[in-house]
Amino acid sequence: MSTAATAATGTDHIGLRRVLGPAHVWALGVGIVLVGEFMGWNFTIDNGGPWAALVACFVSGLLYTCVAMIDSEVTSTVAAAGGQYTQAKHIVGPLMAFNVGLYLVLAYTMLEAADAIVVGDLVKSMAADFGGASPEEADKLARPFVTLSVMVLALLNYRGVFMTLSVNIVITAFAFFAILLLLLNVGPWSGTHLLQHEAFFSNNSLPYGWLGVLASLQFGMWYYLGIEGTCQSAEEVRSPGRAIPLGTMTGMLTLVIAAVITWYVCTGLIPWEYLGIAATPMYDAGKLTGSWNLQVLMWVGSAFAALASANGCINDASRAWFSMGRDRYLPAWFGAVHPTYHTPYRAIVFLVPIACAFGLTGYTQIQGQIMLNQIITFSILAGLLGYTFMPINMIRFRRMWPLGSIDRGYVHPFHPIPTLTLGALCALTFVAVSLGYGRNLLAIMAFFIVISVWFVVRRYQFVRRGDQFTMNWPRPIGY
Amino acid sequence: MTTWDMLANAAWLVSALIAIWMVVDLLKVGKEYPEEFLTSSREGQE
Repeated sequence: MSTAATAATGTDHIGLRRVLGPAHVWALGVGIVLVGEFMGWNFTIDNGGPWAALVACFVSGLLYTCVAMIDSEVTSTVAAAGGQYTQAKHIVGPLMAFNVGLYLVLAYTMLEAADAIVVGDLVKSMAADFGGASPEEADKLARPFVTLSVMVLALLNYRGVFMTLSVNIVITAFAFFAILLLLLNVGPWSGTHLLQHEAFFSNNSLPYGWLGVLASLQFGMWYYLGIEGTCQSAEEVRSPGRAIPLGTMTGMLTLVIAAVITWYVCTGLIPWEYLGIAATPMYDAGKLTGSWNLQVLMWVGSAFAALASANGCINDASRAWFSMGRDRYLPAWFGAVHPTYHTPYRAIVFLVPIACAFGLTGYTQIQGQIMLNQIITFSILAGLLGYTFMPINMIRFRRMWPLGSIDRGYVHPFHPIPTLTLGALCALTFVAVSLGYGRNLLAIMAFFIVISVWFVVRRYQFVRRGDQFTMNWPRPIGY
Repeated sequence: MTTWDMLANAAWLVSALIAIWMVVDLLKVGKEYPEEFLTSSREGQE
């Protein structure tokens, strides 16, 4: 070890800093997800109509409650950066860990790109709606602001996790209260009579029957996709055993409330035939109230939600990439920590051009529609593959280290019911995805098969097999 | 050049400046500190 480095930092090693509390964990989880209430969830309506969207909201809510319960138990015990990647490494094995790590990076980077597209689209809408710009002039603003949003948030992440997630607390809370304020202003008690559920729902509101309900499950995940990201903060929270379960479960409650309000307000304000294809449905809902204040509120809420999500995605994708580098699943260069800011700075910088590339190409318009649903689909697929790993992980975790054999920060109730429910719902969602995006599903599975072969043949020789298991646990049962 | 063009150019410029700053800092840190120190982080340790 260099004496210069030791003298400069006062230590012979460097690591991420434990500076976060439960509110930061909440802001990380809800921040990533809440944008799903402002855009994306409404594609469930395109797949199956408004009633299908509500069923998808509850079924997906059940799926993610199981995810949150399982994650809270495992992460409060495996308190290290990398989240599900680290869990897989300790509980299943290296090949599963490598795949799960890539699912995470792909899911969060695609989601970050989708968020940046939304920011670009919102800036365009603002220029046209508030600034009087022509459609051509407004269109020129989208791509620069897609890029700018990624760069500013990457800089924030680069310079420290405490400020990054403190910003997320503020903008996520604002976005959530914007949803509540919209409900308060248009609800039946407001006397405005703006909600037209009876009129809109009379026109065949379950157009594809139960098959549509099944198909809607694909985008139903968008109501909650990313809540499992709270795990990535495990190495940076002061008390993982308390902060992770508390932040994750309160985050899940916040999201269920927000999802139901969003469905109720949007389906009452916008005819579902249009709502199903809207890029920014909550902003459109704000516009349709006829109130300038609500329109501005929903614009700011949408922008804050998208920025909070991209911010959290940069945080999570970089932690997963960093952890894989630290264990030599990827080149060790990515496992570096900044000596001043204590962030995984190389992983953050490396993922920036990838997010920008997806954001800018995703903004390409085909027949007047941006390719947002394609970007979202790839993010959902990567997330779904990750959730499918969780039941296997949980069953092995309880079998290898039964209750009482190791200290757990949190023990989730009713095991194995959440595990079996999660497995069944993942299978159902795979069927739903294959109905509309079967080719995307095959493409992403082919990618993971090829990359797994590469890992086994070329990369695994570099993995530090002895160093990567750091938990002070007894030998597992059966080994 | 309209106000909107200027706003778009400003966004590109700020993005470029941030990118340059991060890359320069990344390279500077790499030169100032030995690689084994920068990659000395261990799982679960502060």
